[in-house]
Amino acid sequence: MNLQNRKLVAWGLAAAAVAFGGPAVAQGAVAPEYRWLTFAVFAAIIGLTMYVTYLAAKRVKSASDFYTAGGGVTGIQNGWAIAGDYLSAASFLGIAGLISQYGYDGFMYSVGWLVAYITVLLLIAEPCRNIGKYTLSDILAYRNNPKAMRIVGALSVITVSTFYLTAQMVGGGVLVKTLIGIDYEYSVIAVGVLMLAYVLFGGMVATTWVQIIKAILLVAASLILVMLVWTPYGFSLPGFLGDVVADPKVQARVATLLGDPAKNMSALELGQRFLEPGLYFKNPIDQISLGMALVFGTAGLPHILMRFFTVPTAQAARTSVVWAMAIIGGFYVLTLFLGFGAAKLVGPQAIAAVDAGGNMAAPLLAQFLGGGSNSFLGNFMLAFVSAVAFATIVAVVAGLVLAAASAIAHDLYVGVYHGGDVVPPQQQVRAARIATVVVGALAITIGIAAKGQNVAHLVALAFAVAASANFPCVLLTLYWKKCNTGGIVLGMVVGTVVAVGLTLVSPNVTYPKAVREASQKVLDGEAAKRAAIAEKLASLDAAVVKQGETDQATLDKAVKKANDDLVKVAGKEVSIMGLEKPMFELKNPGIVSIPLGFLAVLLGSLLFRDKRSEELWPEVYARQNTGILASKATSH
Amino acid sequence: MATAPEIDWNAVIADPRFQTLHRRKQGFLTGLMVFSVVFYFLLPIGAAYFQDLFKVKVWGVVNFGLLFAITQFVVAWLVAFYYSRRAGADFDRLAREIAADHEKGRG
Repeated sequence: MNLQNRKLVAWGLAAAAVAFGGPAVAQGAVAPEYRWLTFAVFAAIIGLTMYVTYLAAKRVKSASDFYTAGGGVTGIQNGWAIAGDYLSAASFLGIAGLISQYGYDGFMYSVGWLVAYITVLLLIAEPCRNIGKYTLSDILAYRNNPKAMRIVGALSVITVSTFYLTAQMVGGGVLVKTLIGIDYEYSVIAVGVLMLAYVLFGGMVATTWVQIIKAILLVAASLILVMLVWTPYGFSLPGFLGDVVADPKVQARVATLLGDPAKNMSALELGQRFLEPGLYFKNPIDQISLGMALVFGTAGLPHILMRFFTVPTAQAARTSVVWAMAIIGGFYVLTLFLGFGAAKLVGPQAIAAVDAGGNMAAPLLAQFLGGGSNSFLGNFMLAFVSAVAFATIVAVVAGLVLAAASAIAHDLYVGVYHGGDVVPPQQQVRAARIATVVVGALAITIGIAAKGQNVAHLVALAFAVAASANFPCVLLTLYWKKCNTGGIVLGMVVGTVVAVGLTLVSPNVTYPKAVREASQKVLDGEAAKRAAIAEKLASLDAAVVKQGETDQATLDKAVKKANDDLVKVAGKEVSIMGLEKPMFELKNPGIVSIPLGFLAVLLGSLLFRDKRSEELWPEVYARQNTGILASKATSH
Repeated sequence: MATAPEIDWNAVIADPRFQTLHRRKQGFLTGLMVFSVVFYFLLPIGAAYFQDLFKVKVWGVVNFGLLFAITQFVVAWLVAFYYSRRAGADFDRLAREIAADHEKGRG
């Protein structure tokens, strides 16, 4: 065993020690006596991925190996890896949760995440494979001023990755705490250290395999759950959904969501309403704006773009998107059954009682299908899904850190600092590893510092920046003859600034006055609700008593949150931007920032001139379409 | 990025086969992209402004809106399938021919 591998093993053991040895004091969804099961399942997954990393570490010699696995990934492998990179906890647990809480709207939300890949397939994947090398900036720098491109490109990649990474770290920390009961800080550190072990030693080879293994586990786990949910109905869609609609728990949930208008509706009408739009999305323009960010932003996500440099040819890039679309789309269709199944079997109220956002829908469904919270099989299935969730966070974070590290080491250090001079391969890999450690440490620090912050909108913001800055720039440099350095610089700046700026003055940030009013309303209504619950608890009907208990838990949580919120905003009158109320009413800036990003590239290109951009156009256009020299590009 | 002076890129662009490839791809990709985007945005628009249509039950409790959302998946897959068929049968062959000729011609 050489030094490198000894280091790897030590690293893996350290991560395991943090995760398993940390004081697991809090109560998670997994009962304490079954926690060892989660650890056992997760240890098996870590063991498998660490073994792959151990094999991969031997193969990482050059910068090309580290960033893009030497371009030696096959189309099908890359398709699974893209799915593993993309199906973050937000879509794995979040969408199932959204469906379990709001029905139709949750399912509708998932569609945009798949349609996004049509943009990737038709416009981005193959040209990027044909002219790209390691990073987004490589594509921009081909015909435009290299130094300027590397600076704006790297800044944009770091911005997008940081938003996405923060959401993953904070969301992951909360998730692991809710599932297993490990302290927030320990789970953030465990995710970070484990991810570093993969990326640092195995580079893109290990990252790819971690993503593939995770995607296979995720799909397998979902398939088993869906089989268990759907088989009793003889695989009939109307039969299954008919039972969901007829369920009193679902009907009660719709009644709560609708409020007064529900009083005139029959039980079946209430149930049917669960399959109709409008329970979650209230503002159609906002919904369309989000759709635009998803459909155009995915093609500008640095960690997704990077995946296309790992395959040898444009044909393999195409194959990988088609496979990714089959896996991702198939997964969202399965989610339809997971979400509605969880609503029917576990109940929206019981799910929300564990996690208000509904994120526990799939794990709790797994537990229920295995035989409930007191059975071994039930807890084994919960443990399995929890372990997959943990692996999901690690796999997504690894991809993001690799993208950010490549922007720092390849674009800023090699490209800008060394100004394109020849940097020896050893030194390039060293720079990449140092950048990885820096980004990883930063991710852990941000994760711990942002504890308790609401970061849900950060994923949407990452997509918005990618759609408003990266996408117009990449698209136009590939397809528009007149595009040049001035256009790209202006487009990157305008797209990023507008998307971030609008979000800062949108309803996404905290407005102390509004929080105070909302919290006060909860506290004012507490007494009346307590009385209603007391009535239910006194009932002779066991089902009503159970409902009362669930209501009580929900109310206790709401009251605690209201009190906490009041403390948080005490003495504050305005938001971080000094506003009393939002200046921009949409939560998603895309509908404004995407057109402005395009406009900026157009105007910048027409206002400034750059001879290099013009002269290299035939080369870029010929290469992106035909793949001339593309196969050679991978060999050096 | 290193340029490759040994290949005459203007000659590649001027190659009639390249012009054919460019024309076919441009029309095909634009058409397919516009169709896909318009079709997708019918979903949020319909869910917001045509709720009466989305609520019509067509298959037991399954309503039009739900079927339309499921159709989105099928259409996305068909678009992907259609594109890769066309690209594999037509674009790849032209691109390979052009690449082979011009890569051979250098040096």
